[in-house]
Amino acid sequence: MLKGLKAIGSDARHFQIMMLSSLLCLLLFLYDFAPAIEQIALIFTASLLTQFIFTQYFKLPVYDVRSPFITSLSLCLLFKGAALWLYPLAAVLAIGSKFLIRSDNKHIFNPANFGIVVLLLLFPNMVWVSPGQWGSALWLGFALAVFAALVLTKARRADMALMFMAFWMMFVFGRAFWLGDPISIPLLSIQSGALLIFAFFMISDPKSTPDHITGRALFAFAVAFMGYVMQYHLQIREGLFFALFFISITTPLIDTFLKSNRIQWRQL
Amino acid sequence: MTRIFMILMAMALFIPTTASAFCGFYVAKADADLFNEASKVVMSREENRTVMTMANDFQGDVKDFAIVIPVPTVITKSQVNVADNTLIDHLDSYTAPRLVEYYDSDPCDQIYHSELMSQAAPVAMMKRADAENKAKALGVTIEEEYTVGEYDILVLSAKESDGLLKWLNSEQYKLPKGAEKVLGSYIKQNMKFFVAKVNLDNFEKSGFTYLRPLQVAYESEKFMLPIRLGTLNAKGPQDLLLFTLTKKGRVEPVNYRTTKIPTDDDIPLFVAKEFGEFYKAMFAKQVEKENMKTVMLEYAWDMAWCDPCAADPLSAEQLRKLGAWWLKETSPKPMPNARLIAPMPQAVDTFVTRMHVRYDATTFPEDIVLQVTEDRENFQGRYVMRHPWSGEASCEAATSYYKGLADRFEKEAKTLANLTGWDIADIRKKMEENGQSFDMKPTTDDTPWWEKMWNN
Repeated sequence: MLKGLKAIGSDARHFQIMMLSSLLCLLLFLYDFAPAIEQIALIFTASLLTQFIFTQYFKLPVYDVRSPFITSLSLCLLFKGAALWLYPLAAVLAIGSKFLIRSDNKHIFNPANFGIVVLLLLFPNMVWVSPGQWGSALWLGFALAVFAALVLTKARRADMALMFMAFWMMFVFGRAFWLGDPISIPLLSIQSGALLIFAFFMISDPKSTPDHITGRALFAFAVAFMGYVMQYHLQIREGLFFALFFISITTPLIDTFLKSNRIQWRQL
Repeated sequence: MTRIFMILMAMALFIPTTASAFCGFYVAKADADLFNEASKVVMSREENRTVMTMANDFQGDVKDFAIVIPVPTVITKSQVNVADNTLIDHLDSYTAPRLVEYYDSDPCDQIYHSELMSQAAPVAMMKRADAENKAKALGVTIEEEYTVGEYDILVLSAKESDGLLKWLNSEQYKLPKGAEKVLGSYIKQNMKFFVAKVNLDNFEKSGFTYLRPLQVAYESEKFMLPIRLGTLNAKGPQDLLLFTLTKKGRVEPVNYRTTKIPTDDDIPLFVAKEFGEFYKAMFAKQVEKENMKTVMLEYAWDMAWCDPCAADPLSAEQLRKLGAWWLKETSPKPMPNARLIAPMPQAVDTFVTRMHVRYDATTFPEDIVLQVTEDRENFQGRYVMRHPWSGEASCEAATSYYKGLADRFEKEAKTLANLTGWDIADIRKKMEENGQSFDMKPTTDDTPWWEKMWNN
């Protein structure tokens, strides 16, 4: 038992898989508008296959299924397409970006976010994200579980999620204060399940964010700011996803100026 | 041949008897005891164009009617229209939750499964210069002023909420407590205020005894329904039916969760007599289950067809009048007998969504922000009654059929109890009284066959 727990705790990704799987189960069994089984199957098949092909092509020593699993789960939870073929395409783009769009031996984009944003840009009339589908009922349990997991696994990049949330809260609470709105309005906004998934499973991806703490703070601020402007002032519902996508492009630049030790999953 | 009939009932609408009106919020000039309880709004949305049609079921003295609606842009006279009441009513009945009725076939007849739809019937102002100067002094700008139909309309912009509040109060719009903060928030968000009262002369001339729906058309990236002002003068939770028409697909809120109303459940036969009550109880139960925090989806459908139809699909012309500007004027009209024959798809490129929200300021503190999705999956609130076979049946299959009936009835009773929270003992009793005995036996007919043959 203890050994099992240790094995799970050995890698932050195990916790991520557990958390995301629980959310998917919740969506499938308790909530409406869950992804269809064939959509889930296509996403997983396409991700695992793409990962396999690239593992072979780049002659990597291990075929690691954890990363494509996390990407697949994130896509299942967030991505919505008007046609079935969009689902595997999102998965192929996501995993493909991880192997092909790299700088300094690090991938630039969070894979799931890349898949979603590229398809939103290519097929704006066929792709969407439902930020409202989680409601606000889950947030406390969810936030606590994720926070516990991050602390337990001593994931160094928990700071990323927390910094982003702090900046985001600064904007939405600041807005409410400026407008004279009741506190219940910004509270509703930060209780969004989609926001928490974004904060704890996308922007916190250590493989696609700056290495140095100052760089990460800059990154978190920029994403929160751009996402806030897009969402609240430009009325772009998927603002945060676009913000992460565009700010990610600057990661190699931030890394050049702010050097730090690169993260290694196994050493967590 | 199977003997399966299907009867359809649209939900009897439960409009409260108390006065209620537009969604935004209305204020009384006099101290009449008015409050919002239920409202119906149709929003059509394509690109950045929105057409909002607000049903008006104001029931007090029309001279007391006044509304203030926050709008994203200045609305000029040509952007306002007074619509026909029947349009919203038609859309309401077309999208309403429905009750369908099936008759079991003879258990001794081997064809059980084909279901044939053979019948479907629905049951179912001071001097202007002075005013402007006064407004200016208070930081309020009258952007537009005009009369459309029976409504005198002003479009205002303001710098400060207290100035706007003072001006509105001086114009005898009685504002509820807490309005200043909300108005302030809208002013900072650069929203304008669409303010309407009834022009009594025009109202008398119109010959109508009720106020017709107001329509506004505007272009803005903002796609939302302002509900905040309406929650201020509400006594308790209010109901809102939001219908949307789009080219692409279903509309959903982005800041609140959407849940589907339970559907396709088999329920006892007596519900036909109290379908309205059933639906109200079931809706209340769902709202309670979700802590009044979700938007309930009641209908999402491609307007080209329906199955079963609770009312004829709306024609392209009717849809255009409701804001579906993308439809060409020459679109074919629906078949006259669309409800009698299996409906055929028509070239009506419109998707309708019906959302039902029960809300108050606590559970829905923020305006409902909406987005058009590409989801074209059909959904409807549909409840099924299955009549047991009542004819003669004496064969082996009949024995097992009657044995199975008690279980089926029990299941229906439980389903109904779960859906509505009604007492199961009462349900069983009502079922017994309505021909759903838990101890049904095959009926045998002693009339000699030859008598039946010649009907002597």
